[in-house]
Amino acid sequence: MSDASTPVIDVVDLRKRYGRVEALAGLTMTVQPGEVFGFLGPNGAGKTTTVKLLLGLARPTGGRGTLLGAPLGDREARRRVGYLPELFRFQPWLRAREVLVLHADLIGLPSSGRARMFADTLELVGLADRAATAIGGFSKGMQQRLGLGVALLGDPALVILDEPTSALDPIGRMDVRGILRTARDRGAAIFLNSHLLSEVEQVCDRVAIVDRGRVVAEGTLAEVLGEQETRIRCEGLAPAGLAALEVFGSPRVEGQDLVFIGLVPDRIPDLVAALVGMGVRVHAVSSGRESLEQRFLELVGHRPEASEAAA
Amino acid sequence: MITIARLTIGEAARRRVLWILVILALIAVGITGWGVDRLVTLARANGTPEIQIQLGVSQILIFIAFQFSFVLAMTAAFLGAPAIAGDLESGIALALLARPLRRTSYLLGRWLGLALVLVAYGAGEALLAIFVVSRVSGYTPPAVLLPIVYLAAEGLVVLTLSLLLSTRLPPIGAGAIAVVAFGLAWMAGAIERVGIAIAAHNPGVNLEIVGQVGRTVLPPDGLWRGVIYGLEPGIVIAASNGNPLAEANPFFAASPPTLGFLAWAVAWVILVTLVAAFSLRRREL
Repeated sequence: MSDASTPVIDVVDLRKRYGRVEALAGLTMTVQPGEVFGFLGPNGAGKTTTVKLLLGLARPTGGRGTLLGAPLGDREARRRVGYLPELFRFQPWLRAREVLVLHADLIGLPSSGRARMFADTLELVGLADRAATAIGGFSKGMQQRLGLGVALLGDPALVILDEPTSALDPIGRMDVRGILRTARDRGAAIFLNSHLLSEVEQVCDRVAIVDRGRVVAEGTLAEVLGEQETRIRCEGLAPAGLAALEVFGSPRVEGQDLVFIGLVPDRIPDLVAALVGMGVRVHAVSSGRESLEQRFLELVGHRPEASEAAA
Repeated sequence: MITIARLTIGEAARRRVLWILVILALIAVGITGWGVDRLVTLARANGTPEIQIQLGVSQILIFIAFQFSFVLAMTAAFLGAPAIAGDLESGIALALLARPLRRTSYLLGRWLGLALVLVAYGAGEALLAIFVVSRVSGYTPPAVLLPIVYLAAEGLVVLTLSLLLSTRLPPIGAGAIAVVAFGLAWMAGAIERVGIAIAAHNPGVNLEIVGQVGRTVLPPDGLWRGVIYGLEPGIVIAASNGNPLAEANPFFAASPPTLGFLAWAVAWVILVTLVAAFSLRRREL
């Protein structure tokens, strides 16, 4: 069905229409094995719809795609996918460990070694001491932790997480980032649908930004965010000196700032030395790239829902 | 399917549904036994002939079965109605159906689990009631198991209908419609029986079609006739001797359901389950 080179998710021109509402308007993207892929977009952009189409919970009205090399919704492919839905609830009358047993049964995991697996999973998500607690007594954050554990059960090849940290406090979010890295190290690809751009920036290898049912940017963070920007606040630079600085790139003057795009960080000391050598007074040097939040807002505009998503 | 059936039974036990049903059944049987005992004791003290007492007890038993069939139908409706719709509304279904679980298996698992709970409740209470009435009055119906099977089948029909409705409607709506449909089907049967009595003197009047259509669309009334037939003593059937006025009595059946009707009732459950599976498969989550 799939091998190490087969994309875990590959969709082309995927479309979904609910009556007169076009939720997906030709979505194309690819997720490779073993990568952490961030899927971003404002509310109503089609993120959850995409996840449902991938898992066969809803049917596309157009386009095509594969999940782990099999057609979307394929039952055997779903055996190797872990999924944490955005709005979900486990059976409140079940105990935490019983939820794991239920999902292990549904996946068809062998009975040998289950006890160890359940203990490890609960330990991983910080619920080791809650194995026998009924979920009805769990906070939303604890349910989300358990949901994450359920999604990681059986070492799936692909883990789809729809807003996995929305109910967690900062410590919980940090824990989740660690858990995601652990899962990636085990070889799982992770499809992370999240509003939390800082979170995506910290854990994702590649991202896609979706707006109005289409991918508007896709690639590594460097590709999506653009090149490094170096900004030097200085005074006393003559026009001839500006021309001499072209060995460092194409400088741009913005008020008191001299701006270089794409300058590798290692060359910044040389640039500063050259400026000082020309008698220029250097007040401040900053280097960085556009934040994901800035890029996100540039791409999806400043609509209220987009701003909310970036918050 | 077995995993979901087990989950469903576990849910009924853990959420105390099973235990509440058991307690209600024991209370109902206790009151029935006490009431019949009092009536029979009084009747015997008044010197009422034993045959008359036995006939009276058989009628009381049929009336109790009638009430219980409504209770069982409502239990079936309100167990079945939230089974799918509740999971869909709460998001429980998203986590389950994203697994390699066929929607048909999920539906059949739900049906099987609830059917076992319902049959255990229905058959348990009915058997206990017949046993207690027999002990306190001395009246044992000519057939004990058959009316229980028909009673349980009534419940299964309503359960199947409520599960179908549950694939598309919210829990309250699905439950209410299933109960109303059960009531309408019973009324169609009652109209048919009155029609038979009227037709005996007014050949132009044909209300039988109402019952026939009702039984075809929803079979519980036909199965209810089987419950009555099993509970009433043979002497009542012999005494009615084809009298159309006796047929008008909704608590009398001159004959058991035909094999054709029983085959249709089984086919109905299978067909409606298939439609429910199709409906769930087509449902966008």
